[in-house]
Amino acid sequence: MDTLLDNLGQILDGFQLTLVLFAGGAVVALVLGTVLAAMRVSPVAPLRWAGTAYVNVVRNTPLVLVFIWVVFALPELGIRFSFRTFAIMAVGFYTASFVTEVLRSGVNTVNPGQAEAARAIGMTFGQTLSQVVMPQAFRSVIPPLGSVLIALAKNTSVAAGFGIVEATGTLAELARDFPQALYWLFFGIALGYIIIVAVLSGVFRVLERRLVVVR
Amino acid sequence: MSETAVLYDHPGPRALRRARLASVVGAVVVLAVVAGVFARFYQRGHFDGVKWEPFSDPDTWRAIGDGLVNTLRAAALAIVLSMVTGVLLAVGRLSDRRVLRLPAVTVVEFFRAVPLLMLIFFFFLASPNTLGSYGALVAGLTLYNGAVIAEIFRAGILAVPAGQREAAHAIGLRPSQTMSLVLVPQAVRSMLPALISQTVVVLKDTSLGYIVVYPELVRIGRQIYDNFFNIIPSIIVVTVIYVSMNMLLSWVAHRLERRTRRQYGKAVLSADVDTGAAV
Repeated sequence: MDTLLDNLGQILDGFQLTLVLFAGGAVVALVLGTVLAAMRVSPVAPLRWAGTAYVNVVRNTPLVLVFIWVVFALPELGIRFSFRTFAIMAVGFYTASFVTEVLRSGVNTVNPGQAEAARAIGMTFGQTLSQVVMPQAFRSVIPPLGSVLIALAKNTSVAAGFGIVEATGTLAELARDFPQALYWLFFGIALGYIIIVAVLSGVFRVLERRLVVVR
Repeated sequence: MSETAVLYDHPGPRALRRARLASVVGAVVVLAVVAGVFARFYQRGHFDGVKWEPFSDPDTWRAIGDGLVNTLRAAALAIVLSMVTGVLLAVGRLSDRRVLRLPAVTVVEFFRAVPLLMLIFFFFLASPNTLGSYGALVAGLTLYNGAVIAEIFRAGILAVPAGQREAAHAIGLRPSQTMSLVLVPQAVRSMLPALISQTVVVLKDTSLGYIVVYPELVRIGRQIYDNFFNIIPSIIVVTVIYVSMNMLLSWVAHRLERRTRRQYGKAVLSADVDTGAAV
């Protein structure tokens, strides 16, 4: 217990980094996922294939392997960032494939009449998608999007295996210095994750109530 | 693509011409990106014969085979154990007795909220000698996936028509008999697709063993490229193995789901359950 309180500063630093990875990863995943979802429903076949290929490959690749690709293979292409940025990219790229699938199934729940009406008033495909279909799809995908983002928050922990001392990495470091306090450290840091997950699911429950469309 | 046809009308001649033009442009862009990546790798010598030579050596493939066996061994044991854990937790959570329900709910919610890697670290640090990296990996996977499978089971049992439970009560079965003789057997069938999808997740998650230096597939890949300095070829090989295994399993799950839906009206989809989507 004392060990936990004495090292609270370090643990909170770890969680701060976890939240940075989460926020960055969420932005990458939502932007890339939306672009890929648009590609997957577009009338342009090669873009559709590229989107499908991305989703099938990345979704079936373990996150650890995605990290290895980003951290060790991107520098070979001449792309170099800090480890933190690489970690954000890795969790973002990985989560994007799940976001894409969630959005695509959301697009399929939108009433065909909506798209037909949009076309009838002369909107182009891009306008139909961005002004009419996507906003409605986003609402019906709030619950599954919530679980994807909760998974993302937990997945940031994999960065601990790649030299980034976020919350899970803090557990490994502190447990090495204070092995007798392992249980306290574990449950203390677990509590932090439980709070993050609880806040996220609370936010999404509120969003769901506010935004859900009755059809 | 009939499912997305909602987004556009049947194309007329002009739209067709435009779509064809866009397809050509799109294909060029996609190919340019792919070619650019390959050219860059080629330029840096990652596709030189030397870098691929280790893969013509049977010993390399023997090592990969061992890694694959270790991956599958951890995944198989974890799946079996987490099924058992999952059933116990689900039955506990659905129980009428509060003494059973409360602990089950607590355990399920706790292990669903804590990152799997942290569980693995914990078991690894708690008893490095007795459990080892294999034991820690399997223990972490079991508890995490046990909690997820408990939720799949619960959804499956709740999806059995209420008349079944009522009929079981009416002919005088005890609650435990209703569960084991009537509800669970029917629930299992509708849950099969979701359970198989979960095995894909378990298979992917065994790769976290890499971080605690369990010699599974990714760790072996790392050893190969540390030995031969051929990082790109090694991770390409490992990625191809993983993606093909998982796509095969997902395909099986999809087939089962379609068959289940045809035969029993509906299946519990992994999407219906808050599985915390992968890892």
